[in-house]
Amino acid sequence: MNSAPSTIISRFLQSRIVWPLAGLALLLLFNFVFDRAFFEVSTRDGNFYGPMLTVMRLSVVVMLLAMGMTLVIATGGVDLSVGSVMAIVGTLTAFLAVKHHLSFPSLLGVAISVSLAIGVFNGVLISCVGIQPIVVTLIMMVLGRGVALNITGGSPLQVVDSGVLFLGKSFIVGVPVQIFLVVLVFAITVILCRKTAIGLFVEAVGDNETASRLSGVNARGIKVLVYIFSAVCAALAALVSIGDAGSVDPDGLGQMLELDAITAVVVGGTVLTGGRFTLLGSLIGALLIQTLATTLIRQGMDSAYAPVPKALVILVVCLLQSQKFRAQIASLIGNFRKPTS
Amino acid sequence: MKQIFTRKNLPILATTFVLVLLFGTFSVLFDNFLSLRVVTDLFASNAHVGVVAIGMTFVILSGGIDLSVGSVVGFTTIFVATLVGKHEVHPVLAILLALLVGSVFGAGMGIFIQVYQLPPFLVTLAGMFFARGMAFVVSKQSLEINHRFYSAVIDAGIPLTDKVILRAPACIFVAVFVVALVLAHFSRFGRNVYAVGGNAASSLLMGVPVGRTRIWIYTLSGFCAALGGVVFTFRTQAGNATNAFGLELDAIAAVVIGGTLLSGGVGYVAGTLMGVLIYGTILTGIRFYGNLDSSWQRMAIGALLLVFIVIQRLLTRAPAREASH
Repeated sequence: MNSAPSTIISRFLQSRIVWPLAGLALLLLFNFVFDRAFFEVSTRDGNFYGPMLTVMRLSVVVMLLAMGMTLVIATGGVDLSVGSVMAIVGTLTAFLAVKHHLSFPSLLGVAISVSLAIGVFNGVLISCVGIQPIVVTLIMMVLGRGVALNITGGSPLQVVDSGVLFLGKSFIVGVPVQIFLVVLVFAITVILCRKTAIGLFVEAVGDNETASRLSGVNARGIKVLVYIFSAVCAALAALVSIGDAGSVDPDGLGQMLELDAITAVVVGGTVLTGGRFTLLGSLIGALLIQTLATTLIRQGMDSAYAPVPKALVILVVCLLQSQKFRAQIASLIGNFRKPTS
Repeated sequence: MKQIFTRKNLPILATTFVLVLLFGTFSVLFDNFLSLRVVTDLFASNAHVGVVAIGMTFVILSGGIDLSVGSVVGFTTIFVATLVGKHEVHPVLAILLALLVGSVFGAGMGIFIQVYQLPPFLVTLAGMFFARGMAFVVSKQSLEINHRFYSAVIDAGIPLTDKVILRAPACIFVAVFVVALVLAHFSRFGRNVYAVGGNAASSLLMGVPVGRTRIWIYTLSGFCAALGGVVFTFRTQAGNATNAFGLELDAIAAVVIGGTLLSGGVGYVAGTLMGVLIYGTILTGIRFYGNLDSSWQRMAIGALLLVFIVIQRLLTRAPAREASH
């Protein structure tokens, strides 16, 4: 084995977050050379503003979803319902605040309990009835969007609750509140996963469900738990999203965000087949995609074309994980080196 | 009779039963529902979903998934509209070009999936983003198609009775269905698709050309998606980059309602037709009811899917299948 200092470096180089981090660094370098204004930070009323902070603000919703999605994907599943969960929670809380003047704590309570219920629903159907995750959460996606539309009859709503608006629009010591929320959720999740056995169990279930069950892991319980966690993350994302926008569109809220979350997780280095996962990687993945989009738009790309670079990132990440592609690149580099050496 | 009522056929039998039940219920509830016109409308107005879902059936039978189809439909509509409207290309040529682009796009995804052994979910997810983005690159504005050929196609159709005509989209849907039926159940390609979906590793050992079959499957799905887009333009006479947003999920739902298992190897093209018709019957029923908005439509489809899947799962409680790696 290596000596002490090089182990740290080699461990870092072998970890999953190297590639997304390298991608992010490359983008920042590009901006540093061609668009120095990207790094400008201004203060207004003691609050920080600037392109970098905007990127972070824009990534928050996907980051929250991606953390839930990471654990779901680590168990070998997928959760397509998070966008619809966002729509239900966002519409319901806004509706209750407007019509019944509920206070913020009770709104938060409603949001958490609704998402808990959906999570249990998903989890039980998947783990106890044994239906494929993609089918269950697809059903929940269609059903949930219908429920969200039904709350208001499809018409948009204004967000009036000061607590929700605080989550989306305010600053603490100059930094947007939602960034603290992401850090808080991340810290809690990492502590729960890495300081208890939960993370290990999640990976065990994702790696080989039968083997994990035979060695005493409550595989069903773990699966239900990750879908609950994913739904709760979606509820938080909904509150941030409607607080930021100041209004709710039941049809558009969270639309297709499940795919952005999956993209962030995969770009972050967690493999879709389950097993090992990295929460930090997923956050970096979300940040990378948003930074790329913002960079290209600042370079003059039409924002409607944004899906194209996203597609290319997914493809590149997939290729980097493919052994065949790695071997091809390796032999290509080998051929390139031979004549010179 | 014994051959029909086997355990293997249970899902599709259940689907047929649900379709008959739904149609029967609506026929009792509403006057004029039980008519040839409603049936032909069912085919015509769901033709694009149907064509796409039939392509998706092959992908799902092979154990894969294609998330890109909705975007390809959207791309095709704006692509054809732009060629016809702005570049004055004859619609027939534009349609052929669009079908070619769709097929090549599908083949490209198939090649990535096969050669580099990438997960279909991710490759087609990338394909979905790419095709949608390219649709906006072609044109951000919606564009009408005004051409004699289009008016002719829209007026065309096979007269079934004096008053009822099977319109062009419905004809295309039926034709695609028949071809797919033959392809799936009476051709070497079809047998290979089932073999790959059943167990890719054993198929390879048995000499099934797994790689070629897989690439053809995604090519076929891309072709069907482009054809779905063409059918879409026949209905709307316009192209729009935002068309068919989320259609891939409708198509997957139709295939799943049709009794095809997402794990691959099990299912019928006829089941998908049933799935599409169930889908369409719900939509038509809700329209007959009148004052129901789209939220009920989605809840009805979601609830029905749920009930159906749970029943299907309970019926086919075969040994639980683990995901193959």
